[in-house]
Amino acid sequence: MITIICWVIGFLIFAPIVGGLIAGSDRIITARLQRRVGPPILQPFYDVFKLWGKDNLVVNRFHVDYVACFLIFTVLSGALFFGGANLLLAIFALIVAGVFLVLGAYSTNSPYVLIGAERELLQMMAAEPMLLLTPVGLWMATGSFNVYEIACSATPPIFYVPGVFIGLVYVLTIKIRKSPFDLSTSHHAHQELVKGLTTEFAGPSLALFEIAHWYETIFLLAVVFLFFGNHWIWGIIITAIIYLLEIFIDNLNARIKWELMIVSAWVVTLICGVGNLFVLYFIHM
Amino acid sequence: MGYFAKSPWVMHYDGSSCNGCDIEVLACLMPKYDIERFGIINTGNPKHADVFLITGSVNTQNIEVIKNLYNQMGDPKVVVAIGACACTGHFFAECYNTLGGVDKVIPVDAYVPGCAARPETIIDAVVAGLGILEAKGKNRVKK
Repeated sequence: MITIICWVIGFLIFAPIVGGLIAGSDRIITARLQRRVGPPILQPFYDVFKLWGKDNLVVNRFHVDYVACFLIFTVLSGALFFGGANLLLAIFALIVAGVFLVLGAYSTNSPYVLIGAERELLQMMAAEPMLLLTPVGLWMATGSFNVYEIACSATPPIFYVPGVFIGLVYVLTIKIRKSPFDLSTSHHAHQELVKGLTTEFAGPSLALFEIAHWYETIFLLAVVFLFFGNHWIWGIIITAIIYLLEIFIDNLNARIKWELMIVSAWVVTLICGVGNLFVLYFIHM
Repeated sequence: MGYFAKSPWVMHYDGSSCNGCDIEVLACLMPKYDIERFGIINTGNPKHADVFLITGSVNTQNIEVIKNLYNQMGDPKVVVAIGACACTGHFFAECYNTLGGVDKVIPVDAYVPGCAARPETIIDAVVAGLGILEAKGKNRVKK
């Protein structure tokens, strides 16, 4: 019990720190890829502290509440995960968080935000089948939905479900909203969406969104890490490589249309995810 | 210690500029000058911006747009007028449709001379604006 509480508190404290540092190194690596110097590694923290000091321009009563709920449920999903609880429950909490973000966006009247919200729904539609297949795959590999038991498995689940792993890495780009799947919030300025989903969030509410995004990134990377069972050194190395790959993909690709995103995500889910589960099922039979 | 000077997000609006100054503003973001070193991001969204960069003079058509963008920005904020047109109206000052420099409409904190303004001068002006931003952040009452 004590260790569970320690893990949860550790997650609550260290996830935003590590998440912010990952975001900072992401910006430096991106700048170097574009032959620029880039900001200091602590820049995401400066941004959030600054946003906290700005005016909170809210457009209606519930606007900030929805973003706060997005943060709370994202933190909850991570806390469930790092507490070693049921992986399905953690994934569901993340999905609820996403719903609150979309609700927050829909509560405004800005056309940019509405388009962003619709695209966020499409992104959820594209990513979630695979996200839900992940616990199923891990269950077929280890016989448990429990994060603690999966993390303790001696044989890394990736040996049984490499297809599910590939599918998860594919939808990871959609979930962390990077190019070519940054449909709902454009990462860079001068685009048709202004800032998409986050256009109307200003000051502290944007800071909440940023912090929630750090928690979300850490949670998703932790799910990737889970595929390596108790081989945690390999887990950390491969997870770092996967994130580096995401940065490269982000820099190499232009944004694609939503049709291609949904079709490609579902095809990958069907072939890699479901195909892998079928094969595993027949082997077990 | 405030963080306003460490993470100023800029928004750029082209009033009625000939694009000379606009290109110089964008040049600041490119690898040679790379103002993201100072945490500066070009946002394109007034609600996220701290620094409002305007190029070109104010005329009867864009006056409402400039006011609207300025009002949508959250406090604290600074305005930087870039180029001779934005400072005074330059050679358009006497035109029948031109009202003059940006300071005819909204309060301007820093002026960048030149036609077109040089990227170094723009960076200097933004950095000077950061001091004002920091002071405004300290002295204001939070809404």
